[in-house]
Amino acid sequence: MQPKHLLLVGLTLILFIKNSFTQDTNLDSLSSVHLDELVISSRPLINHTKQSKPLSTIDEYLNKQLNLTLIRRGNYAWEPMLNNMTNERLQVTIDGMHIFGACTDKMDPITSYVDVSNISDIQVHSGQDGTTYGPTIGGSIDMVRKKHDFCFPGWSGSVNLGYESNGNLFTTAGRLKYAHSKFFADIDFTYRDAGNYKAGKRTLVPYSQYTKYNASATLGVKLNAKNELRGSFIFDDAEHVGYPALPMDVAFARAYIASLEHSVENVNPFIEEWVSRVYFNTIQHQMDDTKRPEVPIHMDMPGWSSTYGFYSKIKASRKKHTLSFNVNAYLNKAIAEMTMYPKDTTEKSMFMYTWPNVQALYVGLNVAEKYAINVHHSVNIAASVGIHRNHIGNQIGLQSLQILYPNLNANKNRSIISTQVGYTFTKNNWEFKPTIGYGERAPSISEGYGFYLFNSSDGYDYIGNPTLKNEKSLEVNTAISYKTTKVKWNLKFNYFHILDYMVGVPMPEYIAMTIGAKGIKVYQSLKSVNIINTECSVQYQPITSLKINMALSYNFGRDYLKQALPLIRPFTFRGGISYHIKGLEMEVDLESSTKQYAIGKVYGENPTKAYAIVNCAAGYVLPVQQHSIFFKLGVENIADTYYATFSDWNKIPQKGRNFYLNIAFIFNSKTKTN
Amino acid sequence: MKQFFLIAIAILSIFTIACKNETIKPIDETEGLTLLQEMSNDSSSIELYTTQTGNLTVGYNDIYLRIKNKSTGNYITDANLTWMPMMHMISMSHSGPKSNISKVSGKNTLYKGYIVFQMPENDVEKWTLTVNVMRNGDTAVLTDTIAVKSATDTRKKVVSFTGNDGKKYILALANPQVPFIGINDFSVALFKRESMLSFPAVTDATILFDPRMPSMDNHSSPNNVQPTFSAIDNLYHGQLSLSMSGYWKLNFIVKDATDTVIKGEAISDTTESSSLFLEVEF
Repeated sequence: MQPKHLLLVGLTLILFIKNSFTQDTNLDSLSSVHLDELVISSRPLINHTKQSKPLSTIDEYLNKQLNLTLIRRGNYAWEPMLNNMTNERLQVTIDGMHIFGACTDKMDPITSYVDVSNISDIQVHSGQDGTTYGPTIGGSIDMVRKKHDFCFPGWSGSVNLGYESNGNLFTTAGRLKYAHSKFFADIDFTYRDAGNYKAGKRTLVPYSQYTKYNASATLGVKLNAKNELRGSFIFDDAEHVGYPALPMDVAFARAYIASLEHSVENVNPFIEEWVSRVYFNTIQHQMDDTKRPEVPIHMDMPGWSSTYGFYSKIKASRKKHTLSFNVNAYLNKAIAEMTMYPKDTTEKSMFMYTWPNVQALYVGLNVAEKYAINVHHSVNIAASVGIHRNHIGNQIGLQSLQILYPNLNANKNRSIISTQVGYTFTKNNWEFKPTIGYGERAPSISEGYGFYLFNSSDGYDYIGNPTLKNEKSLEVNTAISYKTTKVKWNLKFNYFHILDYMVGVPMPEYIAMTIGAKGIKVYQSLKSVNIINTECSVQYQPITSLKINMALSYNFGRDYLKQALPLIRPFTFRGGISYHIKGLEMEVDLESSTKQYAIGKVYGENPTKAYAIVNCAAGYVLPVQQHSIFFKLGVENIADTYYATFSDWNKIPQKGRNFYLNIAFIFNSKTKTN
Repeated sequence: MKQFFLIAIAILSIFTIACKNETIKPIDETEGLTLLQEMSNDSSSIELYTTQTGNLTVGYNDIYLRIKNKSTGNYITDANLTWMPMMHMISMSHSGPKSNISKVSGKNTLYKGYIVFQMPENDVEKWTLTVNVMRNGDTAVLTDTIAVKSATDTRKKVVSFTGNDGKKYILALANPQVPFIGINDFSVALFKRESMLSFPAVTDATILFDPRMPSMDNHSSPNNVQPTFSAIDNLYHGQLSLSMSGYWKLNFIVKDATDTVIKGEAISDTTESSSLFLEVEF
């Protein structure tokens, strides 16, 4: 280890720029979402010509991606799903940093602690392709921070303003950057304030308001020709967030995310890149039911989650081999408590730990190798091995879980392995890539140690099970694509056979805690489930200014008894046409879904109906010397359709008709040369 | 250098030995107990201790005793003790349920028993305690007034009831005295009132209990263990799971040896509470 690497230890604050080797979309079965096309970034700056709503929330942005679906519990903090799996089965990271929500009721997915202004890219890896930073079953979602370069010295920045008629949403965002050949500094902030939105047919959805403050800073220093040091910091604070699908709202959800990264390029002819990072993040989350007119019992439910971690990864290549190594470790501490205040004020308040200071330590190594046999054929192999340790740090919490598991020990160790083998064939405009993989995961904190966590969708209180076996997944993926300048099409298929699938099973002999709950479910290992996801997308560009897109998705999920799993997306179709002429860009798109044909009734799911909505937008770019001004005007859900998707919690309706306007002013102290 | 280490070790060991000598003290057998009062006659005195904050209160009370020979100043370790609590009311007097007194295992001077007080004292009505100390064929009798207060916690820790068999019973919560979240050792005392002076323990009853939180829609905790009788202390011992702090209602059903219900009802959707219950709040 170099002395400069040692310097990293103990420091915090940074930014990371991940170069490319996972970004090669042609070779990896990876889909990459380029946020820098919609938000000011160093190169394309805001690109109204490519994004219908530049100031969309990160949730709306993710929702546009075909392979992701989002669970909505309100108008804020949607929970992303990949391959029809939720965050327990995914690795959701920020620049590879692990960060875990502090809410026992999943009100704060990690994506809610960043804003589009903080990141440039969202990298989605399916299944075992996503194990770079830790074990996963369904895949990984990595939010990559803005890219920076030292090349264009001088000041640059932007001011963005947005307004949306539905919910009276105001957005203000700004950014200021100074760059130099030796260092750069970049700060940005976003403020969003939304009232209650209206669903279709002008139906008001109460408790759907939110306010969000987000600020981030990045600093970079070029130590010498090869070495760079970058610090990154994000502060995010959401306040008075309504969750109309849940019985409670959130008073605040606050995150501090800091990291320091060192990168070195071309260490020697073999090692192309060596990136190491230390990080720390802490989240505080406070639920709030005081705004609700009638609650069976008033309660406080605060949660805290802190994560300390590091990783160090090397990319190396020699002749036909491309190798990557990643050593990765983190320690997460999560505490959540619940205090309930009886209506009879002479009674003492009722207290319990819902997450008893559960510590999760993971240390793992991931190795991947790609071997190019010749121009047309290549194979890739990846393997990872890790140690996962849980520790219950709170004696009262341990005692409460011992009610259910009398012999429960405070510590639990697991080993987690995964592997993947793939083959890629490329010829002419075709690419064919089959892979197989095996992966494992440990239970999440709620699955392992949650204590009476109420699920308002199926109406059960959930209790964790520390004795759960590791969940194991066998997967098969195939991707076929064809690309020319006019036509692109893509067919993807993946099949997951998941063993010891962790799921809540009703325990009729236990009596519910939450008032009105149907009963208790304890997490158990289900023998197996099968999940299949298919996706087909076509893009046709007959002339440069006209583009037509179409995408279909079919998904399937059943347990070993052939009963439908919940939250499996029904048949979905999306299509769009865009046309641009000079500075003017216009687009129309359609979003639709059939009714839910496979309903996870045994898992407490209710069906959703078919829907189709149409959106349209128009944008104009006005260059002013080296600066630019952008205008964007759009309408979502033109027909004001009242609808809910399969992943809308308790079927809360989606937004009705919404007009929006974005104005952005981008300035540069110098004209860029490229 | 070597010499320096030898000297250092020598000095260290002296200190270690010195420290050890200092720490050897007479073992205080009443550590953790609170002295309630001292009863005395010409030859002996009895120290009464409790584990609680310093008062005897209505309900179940563990009481520890030490007997001192006044002439020698030594504690007596080989006596047999019996006792009798009495409530002197204006119109009448009565006793209450009590255990035998036995030596605390592992202790030299300490004796232990328990008494269930059904009512507190007031300005004119007081409790007295008579202790008989039998040793070497002699019996010394010591009597004194003892203070029995209402519990600061107003929750029901003892209940008197008339069973379906027409007999009078007393049910008291012995443990947990300091409840916590988790699995608590649980014990109750069940005594029959045969007369104002006779309160024998019921040894052959079946006691079923169902802990509930009325404020949480009658939430109950899992894996409670129903209490069974132990002749060692005449209490029924089980386990009580408390999944959270707050107010818990312990609903009871008491059955006699023929499995006939003496008192209490099972909890159901229509029956929120048994007519026989005790309370825990923490």
